[in-house]
Amino acid sequence: MESIVQHPLFTPVVITLVIVGLFPLLAGYIVLLERKVLADMQVRLGPMRVGPHGILQPIADAVKLLAKEDVIPAAADRALFWLAPVIPAFTALTAFAVLPFSEYIVVTDVNVGLLVISAMSAVGVLGIIVGGWSSNSHYPLLGALRSSAQLVSYEVALALALICGVMTAGTLSMVEIVERQLERQIWFVFDHYGLMIIPFMVFLIAAIAETNRLPFDLPEAESELVAGFMTEYSGFRWALYFLAEYASIFVIGGAGVTLFWGGWLRPFPNVAWLEWPLNVAFPLVLFLAGGAGCFWLTKRLMPFSRWRAIFMAVIAVTLVITGLVFLIPAVNRAVIGLFWFLLKVGVIVYLMIWIRGTFPRFRYDQLMSIGWKYLIPIGMGAVLVNAVVGML
Amino acid sequence: MSQFYTSTDHFVLVPAIMLALFGCAVLLFDFFLFPEPRQRKRLVWFLFAGEIFTAAGLWRQQAFLASEGLPEITAFQGTLTVDGFSLFFNWIFVAVSLLVAIVSWRYLEIEGEHHGEYYGLILLAQCGMYFLATGTDLITLFIGLELMALCFYVMVGFLRERKRSNEAAMKYLLLGAFSSGLMVYGFSVMYGLAGSTKLRAVAAAIASRDAWDPVVFLAMATTAVGVLFKVSAAPFHMWAPDAYEGAPTTVTAFLAVGSKAASFAFLMRIFLGPLETARPAWEPLLVLVAVLSLTIGNLAAITQNNVKRLLAYSSISHAGYILLGLIAGNATGLKGMAVYILVYAFMTLGAFLVVVALRRENLIGEDIEDMAGLMHRSPGYAVLMLIFLLSLAGIPPTAGFIGKYYIFLALLETSHYLLAALAALYVAVAIYYYFRIVRSMFISEAVAAPPLESTVGLRVALAVTGVLTLAIGVYPEPFLRLAQTSLVR
Amino acid sequence: MADTILFYIFAAFVLGGGVLTVTRRNSVHSALWLIVSLLGTAGLFLLRQAEFLFAVQIILYIGGVVLLILFVVMLVNLDETARLRQFNKAWWVALACAVVVGIEIWYVLNRGLETLEPGEAPQTAATIEGNTERLADVLFSEYLLPFEIASLLLLVAIVGSVVMAKKRI
Repeated sequence: MESIVQHPLFTPVVITLVIVGLFPLLAGYIVLLERKVLADMQVRLGPMRVGPHGILQPIADAVKLLAKEDVIPAAADRALFWLAPVIPAFTALTAFAVLPFSEYIVVTDVNVGLLVISAMSAVGVLGIIVGGWSSNSHYPLLGALRSSAQLVSYEVALALALICGVMTAGTLSMVEIVERQLERQIWFVFDHYGLMIIPFMVFLIAAIAETNRLPFDLPEAESELVAGFMTEYSGFRWALYFLAEYASIFVIGGAGVTLFWGGWLRPFPNVAWLEWPLNVAFPLVLFLAGGAGCFWLTKRLMPFSRWRAIFMAVIAVTLVITGLVFLIPAVNRAVIGLFWFLLKVGVIVYLMIWIRGTFPRFRYDQLMSIGWKYLIPIGMGAVLVNAVVGML
Repeated sequence: MSQFYTSTDHFVLVPAIMLALFGCAVLLFDFFLFPEPRQRKRLVWFLFAGEIFTAAGLWRQQAFLASEGLPEITAFQGTLTVDGFSLFFNWIFVAVSLLVAIVSWRYLEIEGEHHGEYYGLILLAQCGMYFLATGTDLITLFIGLELMALCFYVMVGFLRERKRSNEAAMKYLLLGAFSSGLMVYGFSVMYGLAGSTKLRAVAAAIASRDAWDPVVFLAMATTAVGVLFKVSAAPFHMWAPDAYEGAPTTVTAFLAVGSKAASFAFLMRIFLGPLETARPAWEPLLVLVAVLSLTIGNLAAITQNNVKRLLAYSSISHAGYILLGLIAGNATGLKGMAVYILVYAFMTLGAFLVVVALRRENLIGEDIEDMAGLMHRSPGYAVLMLIFLLSLAGIPPTAGFIGKYYIFLALLETSHYLLAALAALYVAVAIYYYFRIVRSMFISEAVAAPPLESTVGLRVALAVTGVLTLAIGVYPEPFLRLAQTSLVR
Repeated sequence: MADTILFYIFAAFVLGGGVLTVTRRNSVHSALWLIVSLLGTAGLFLLRQAEFLFAVQIILYIGGVVLLILFVVMLVNLDETARLRQFNKAWWVALACAVVVGIEIWYVLNRGLETLEPGEAPQTAATIEGNTERLADVLFSEYLLPFEIASLLLLVAIVGSVVMAKKRI
């Protein structure tokens, strides 16, 4: 037993297993979050049926998708039709391998980590175009063509934004990028007298386009293309695409957090007296407030359904316990990095949902001109300016 | 100036910087300053300015070498070497680019494809040539070669509406890419042998081996294929007639002269540099290639009715003659190569310029019949063409004779009697097909045709090439001395 | 041992992908097999501890192949090409030439190998400071000039494609 735990591959394998296990759950709950937030913006309630306040909705969805009939169009290129959804799911999972969730929770720290994420998102495009083409149908093909053009265009802007961060860090390794931010005592987004905010904005816009989300969701524009490249897919294959999409949102958010928002570092990582308020008090207050909210909901659910109320109460207790756990110094040290990382990624994901809820879809030519005529020149300018400022 | 970009580096790089800078400037000015098609011919002035700055840079290099009495300046840790050899070729490139540029605008206007990019591409192609003549590093040479070739692929296809031009560009591109691939394979083997891309290190590595060493032979053979393709020597000449015929005539002239001279510079750098010690292995190979070039070039030219195609085959045979100088390999032979390339540049350019003048609105004017009775219509052009053709055939007192004289002399000095006899035999064949053009110009009945196009640029260019072709033939001394400087290495 | 097995797996990727790229009738399938081949090359880079080349190989070539597929979809009539004969009658000549050249190279290398002493791979340095950093150092010092000329080359490629493809320039 000792020897297994001591083995150098032990931690990576465990983390990998956890990631693979939680990956569908994660995607499902990002979807639930999205639906809830959108509903809130539109003054609705969102999913409420399954579990208290729809909290079990993702699981119900997953069961539904697994049970659905798997339809393969007669004229489809069968082998490719089978293969296509696997590609983005595979690449999204692979990209998780280099994301540093915290100082200790990282599968592998390769010295070209950021490039691996870039490469995986490049391969992911393949799944979309192969899926669209192999369906042998009009809407999917149009969606695939649009999406590959979009992804190839915005990849350039994304890369330019990433280059700014890499230049500041002087390394491509994700862990070292965060450590460099600790050394420079500043998140890169505020570095270079605040000039790094420009590449961050470019990154954010390009990231939204890269993940095919509104206002750049031309590839699957429902009103024009039914569901774009996914039109002919159903059941579990469709679920794979879906998982991959939300996983890649998380990955790209994680990359952005690592590069610009200091990864697992707390805000002001070098100000010692903030250690206790930020690392202990803040999560405690956050979770306790969450627990209190849940208790309040429990009380409101009481008259309607006892089982739901009990479920909610369990959640509330769990939240409170989680908050209290942060008071134990040893545990705190182990999980505080993960806490900050997930919180920051959550903020980015929330930003993306917010933008989705408020912006109308762009026209195709607008999309291209934003990419080529604005984002790329701005990105190049940002590289130039930040290179010069970084030299000073 | 940092450790990696010293003032010496800058000094050596100035001509290339000027070429690249003005090349980019032409592309920008075409867009911003001269949006109207009619204004585009003013871009020639920018090209002119670029060439002047380039020439100034070259002149300073030459003066520096002369005043310090140095044989060479190396820069970028041996990546570039300025010596008599590189300067000699660079002067040829400057002259050729200028002459081509000043005749182009009217021709391209007639073709309806007068775009500013043309001048930018000429300058950038010349930049590639600069690196071919100056580079002493495998990667630099290769990228220089590709830079030049890429410009030529585009320029050959510049007449975008014409199927011929498109076909020519396509063939040139596909075959060129294939030959480059083979050449890079050879380069990689050389790098494997030496562990360095610098020619000096490669030379040392190859010198430490047997001349018939199999690995060296592999490197030599694959490299040779790529290089011989670029100089369009048989059996790697297949692209030349089609590309020469399909390309705009001004580009054909530039391709036949500039690209070939640069490729020969490259060939000499490789074969007289790292591969010198493997001479026993490559000499028989080059003998074969030279004989094939002479045979195919001269025999195929006999049946051609298109002047550009005929000149293409003639340029294949000229490549064969120049290779003979390399085979002889003594001082006379190398001097002969330099002289021959110089002479070839001006006489071939001149011949193509006459074909440029024959292109008029609604008249392609590339066939031998189009020259019928040229003597009666435009005697000046006819006489100039006669001079160029005599020179191409190698008849005294024209420049072509001087070039052939040194090649033959070198062959006899090194007792390659059979080769010399064969080469002399093909001169007789060449006279036959060149005189088909002459007969058409002077003896055939004149046909009614519009007068030849004649712009100031064309007249200047023809005057320069004509005078030089005669001058080198009549009074070769200064040009021989110029060629002699290229041997100091 | 593991390295050797991986080498053969990746080599099989490269060669098998290459052969299938040439022999598939459907151009989209060809393009996808090309990806397999290129991924094999990327794997070989990784085996030599060239992580940077590995990542760049994937990013650039996959992007390139995606565009290739787009062009196939837009420009090639796949039903038409499926009916065309793939090789002309002289294919056996080409095959014979390829075999002859292959045997030649094999023979030459075989005879030459005993005289060829491959330099020791700079592994120690690579593991200490990272392949990427070393690559950058070399690229911006020793190979600065070719690196810069390559940018001119790319400029010409862009200008050339615009000249060739755009209707009004």
